[in-house]
Amino acid sequence: MFKKILIANRGEIACRVIKSARRMGIATVAVYSDADRDAVHVEMADEAVHIGPAPAAQSYLVAEKIIEACKATGAEAVHPGYGFLSERASFCEALENEGIVFIGPKPKAIRAMGDKIESKKFANEARVSTVPGYLGVIENADHAERIAGEIGYPVMIKASAGGGGKGMRIAWDKAEVRDGFERARSEAKSSFGDDRVFIEKFIVDPRHIEIQVLADAHGNAIYLGERECSIQRRNQKVVEEAPSPFLDEKTRRAMGEQAVALAKAFDYQSAGTVEFIVDRDRNFYFLEMNTRLQVEHPVTELVTGVDLVEQMIDIAAGERLAIRQDDVRLNGWAVESRLYAEDPYRNFLPSIGRLTRYLPPEEGKFGDIVVRNDTGVTEGSEISMFYDPMIAKLCTWAPTRLEAIDAMSEALDEFVVDGIEHNIPFLSALMQHPRWREGRLSTGFIAEEYPDGFTPMKPNDEEKAVLACVATVIELLRRDRLDRLTGRLAPHSGVLKPEWVVRLDDEYIPVSIGEGMVSIPMEIDLSVAGGEPQTVVSDWRLGEPVWRGTVGGRVVAAQIRPILNGARIAWRGLSVTTRTMLPRTAALDKLMPVKVAPDTSNLLLCPMPGLVVSIAVTEGQEVKAGETLAVVEAMKMENVLRADRDLTVEKIVAKPGDSLAVDAVIMEFA
Amino acid sequence: MKDVLKELERRREIARAGGGKARVEAQHAKGKLTARERIEIFLDEGSFEEFDMYVEHRSTDFGMEKTKIAGDGVVTGWGTVNGRPVYLFAKDFTVFGGSLSEAHAEKVQKVQDMALRNRAPIIGLYDAGGARIQEGVAALGGYAEIFQRNVLASGVIPQISVIMGPCAGGDVYSPAMTDFIFMVRDTSYMFVTGPDVVKTVTNETVTAEQLGGASVHTTKSSIADGAYDNDVETLLQMRRLVDFLPASNTAEIPEIECFQSVTEHDMSLDRLIPDNANKPYDIKELILKTVDEGDFFEIQPSFAKNIVTGFGRMEGRTVGFVANQPMVLAGVLDSDASRKAARFVRFCDCFNIPIVTFVDVPGFLPGTSQEYGGLIKHGAKLLFAYAEATVPKVTVITRKAFGGAYDVMASKHLRGDMNYAWPTAQIAVMGAKGAVEIIYRKDIGDPEKIAAHTKTYEDRFLSPFVAAERGYIDEVIMPHSTRRRVARALRMLRNKDLQNPWKKHDNIPL
Repeated sequence: MFKKILIANRGEIACRVIKSARRMGIATVAVYSDADRDAVHVEMADEAVHIGPAPAAQSYLVAEKIIEACKATGAEAVHPGYGFLSERASFCEALENEGIVFIGPKPKAIRAMGDKIESKKFANEARVSTVPGYLGVIENADHAERIAGEIGYPVMIKASAGGGGKGMRIAWDKAEVRDGFERARSEAKSSFGDDRVFIEKFIVDPRHIEIQVLADAHGNAIYLGERECSIQRRNQKVVEEAPSPFLDEKTRRAMGEQAVALAKAFDYQSAGTVEFIVDRDRNFYFLEMNTRLQVEHPVTELVTGVDLVEQMIDIAAGERLAIRQDDVRLNGWAVESRLYAEDPYRNFLPSIGRLTRYLPPEEGKFGDIVVRNDTGVTEGSEISMFYDPMIAKLCTWAPTRLEAIDAMSEALDEFVVDGIEHNIPFLSALMQHPRWREGRLSTGFIAEEYPDGFTPMKPNDEEKAVLACVATVIELLRRDRLDRLTGRLAPHSGVLKPEWVVRLDDEYIPVSIGEGMVSIPMEIDLSVAGGEPQTVVSDWRLGEPVWRGTVGGRVVAAQIRPILNGARIAWRGLSVTTRTMLPRTAALDKLMPVKVAPDTSNLLLCPMPGLVVSIAVTEGQEVKAGETLAVVEAMKMENVLRADRDLTVEKIVAKPGDSLAVDAVIMEFA
Repeated sequence: MKDVLKELERRREIARAGGGKARVEAQHAKGKLTARERIEIFLDEGSFEEFDMYVEHRSTDFGMEKTKIAGDGVVTGWGTVNGRPVYLFAKDFTVFGGSLSEAHAEKVQKVQDMALRNRAPIIGLYDAGGARIQEGVAALGGYAEIFQRNVLASGVIPQISVIMGPCAGGDVYSPAMTDFIFMVRDTSYMFVTGPDVVKTVTNETVTAEQLGGASVHTTKSSIADGAYDNDVETLLQMRRLVDFLPASNTAEIPEIECFQSVTEHDMSLDRLIPDNANKPYDIKELILKTVDEGDFFEIQPSFAKNIVTGFGRMEGRTVGFVANQPMVLAGVLDSDASRKAARFVRFCDCFNIPIVTFVDVPGFLPGTSQEYGGLIKHGAKLLFAYAEATVPKVTVITRKAFGGAYDVMASKHLRGDMNYAWPTAQIAVMGAKGAVEIIYRKDIGDPEKIAAHTKTYEDRFLSPFVAAERGYIDEVIMPHSTRRRVARALRMLRNKDLQNPWKKHDNIPL
């Protein structure tokens, strides 16, 4: 076994690999760029080597620097994680030449699977089912009709040079094929200057289901069940689970056996993933094979109990697989949510900045529930623009799917992330979504269910009651403490005002206090909007970011953030402002005029007083989200102002050299 | 007997009705509450005791004798805010537009006298049209009597003014002499002379909002210490402010139960200072992670944002915070920032509120506009304020403390009680580049030598240890233990007793 390995990666996956290596008694070497000097993976590893500037192309992607780091530290093997150099055959070869072991497959296998056509060829030879289609060039409409008939309807006609849906047609019968062929061809011609098209079977309601395989250097290969990753947003996986709610035992075995056959067909060694798409009749078709550890591998680990990183290291060290296919049992259900630094309410725009608060839910086994959080950040970490915006992978395991989903809901409710925008509200909303809970998935799920993007959800009456109860007890605790302020004329009477009004966003909800005491912990009966009294129990203290307790017996964990005269409460994907007042104050509050904020969304305002260094765009220019618009200098510091969405510059007001006040207009957008 | 009781009730009813239903509705239509409604929100429910509700004016000119309304345009009295007594007066816009008569002024003077004699804060809710013209010099005299009392009470009891409608003339000078002024956005204005007079005298056309709205006074003139969206929001925030303030300059600091541990480390602070010394970070994060439960009442949040001032609590007791803000102009000290912080420091010193200062300051802002604007004297105000303050002073240097600005920011030499520095502190006359170019002027043409000198300078001087070796820094502390260190220091300083030499008063460079 290796004595020391180097992890050629960063973030959560580097931390993940270090954990397994440490448990195996292997010393670890981290590598880091300028941007990661203080990163968690650097702190966790036994040694760390600086490999260059922040951009990955100058650090994490430079094979020579990794090899140098191995030599400098005496690391015998390299775990590449995922992304970066993990699927680069030349990197494996370079390592081999230096006598360093690559913890992953052989370069030949990476090459074979990295090539779409070759991988399909391998798959066909190994009798793995692939999407039926005709890869040659279609001559004319008759030819198209004949091929479509052979494949079976519906079919998809695609531009060979295509992408982004252009030159793509779906046909359900002969007439549509003839028509679609002509249109696709002319569209392909006009869009790509290349009128070649091909035809393949169109999969209705496709699901993304993948098989985890493990293969050693001695010809042994097994599969560890499947993961379903149908919840994707623009081909980016968001939520994954194992097993799939869709597969039956027969399909699972057939897929698993084909995956193993494929791995054996080209002497695959290490952990790998064979991706399939599965249609609504459980026909499955090979998509591609990922010759690395997948991001979503923890769900497989949770249901199989196998440490995939440990297996990879063992295999790379030449050991035989200790697990036989018969040993593999899928136990219970695991769900993974990917936490991204992106704003779900602004079209999932990446959000960068400092994690001022980062308190993940407690990990471990709680009764029948397991919570696991794979992360590479800590409180105070900087989410930079240089790398993947994933903050963490939160996983829950439970004996059944719904229990695992509910556990995920609760874990998400407890997760404290401040300083940047994040997708927890969206993930929470997904966990409540009936179609997800019922397992009726397809890769089009998010596009179909959120066609206009994700907008803040409105609470229903039951949820309003819970939120109003939480808001009321927060205010009662605050008032109770103030009743014990020093300098009072008379001591605290202990008498509570019986009637309150919670302003929840713009709705006024009366709350009456019944039996109970305001104390820590507290237990009190509250009646919301004249409803049945509900007992609220909590040991929450003022200032804590998460309110934990029960409302009418229901377990609630809600995020509490102070706002002017109230609290913002986020729970189950909902986010509301609450202000709890005495009824008389509420009555007067209703007289207050509604303020309309001036619309500045079409303006770029100067965020601080400063000097305009440069304007990066011209009038009429179309700009993509994240691109630089202008640079403003304040006290010798350059601040880059970026587009927060795709937009068109209409008018530029400021020019380089201008000294601007805060909120001065720099440019206007169309 | 019964009839007499009934008569009392009847007269109270009349007085409470103010200017009558139509005027009350007009007030509501403007998005404003009446004087009595405002008092209801500001004070604890049922705690208001009104004085002088039957007072009427004594004017007989211009037919005034025919229009008398009980109360005469101002509601005065006392009540409690979270159980602690306060005195207040609220201008009643529905009665003579809240204008000030001799009798009206006497009502205000009465609560001012009571507040001072009984050592409790006084709050004025303004919504007033200035002097009642019909009363002439009697009204002017009334104002002056109020001003005199403002001055006598200054530094003895906290005085807070809340501007909740159009205020001009005398009704802006009295607030100007109080400790804090808050405004309501879009419905309140303050100016010495209104838009009409401006037009007549200077031929300048300007709206009331442009001349003296909340946006002007919170960002440009610094007259106001803060502004809120409406009456209710404002009054609830005023309750919050009062909770922070001692009743007088001899009263104990209010103390409240604290729910947050002071011993727990906040590891995120070890990563607060960026690797690059020119990269900004938000000093408010440090304030929010130091004060109890992140509860911070900022004073002048929209003006001179390069310095942050406000109240928080440490272990339940009020503390004033002053901090350079690297996010704005790199936290430099300019005239505005110096004046803002100086006034805040002096308020804290008046009322025995300990001051915690977080320092990250690259120096004073250079340039003609600053020098012409009197930076020397404005900067001196802050220096003066810190130097004369006898309250507990705890200072933490997080990063830069350069040049004269190091001296100013509650340094050891200005009787700082506990002066801490983070390991990231750079206490020096100036940054490396500037220093090397002066010390090694002859080597300027040689980039290699300059680089070597710069490195030497950085290693030797851009650290807290040169200062610590001299005792200017009491201890170099871990960022994660800042809350614990500051809390312990303040606990240790609770019985601090320091007197300045007797003087009539000092002569701060105004």
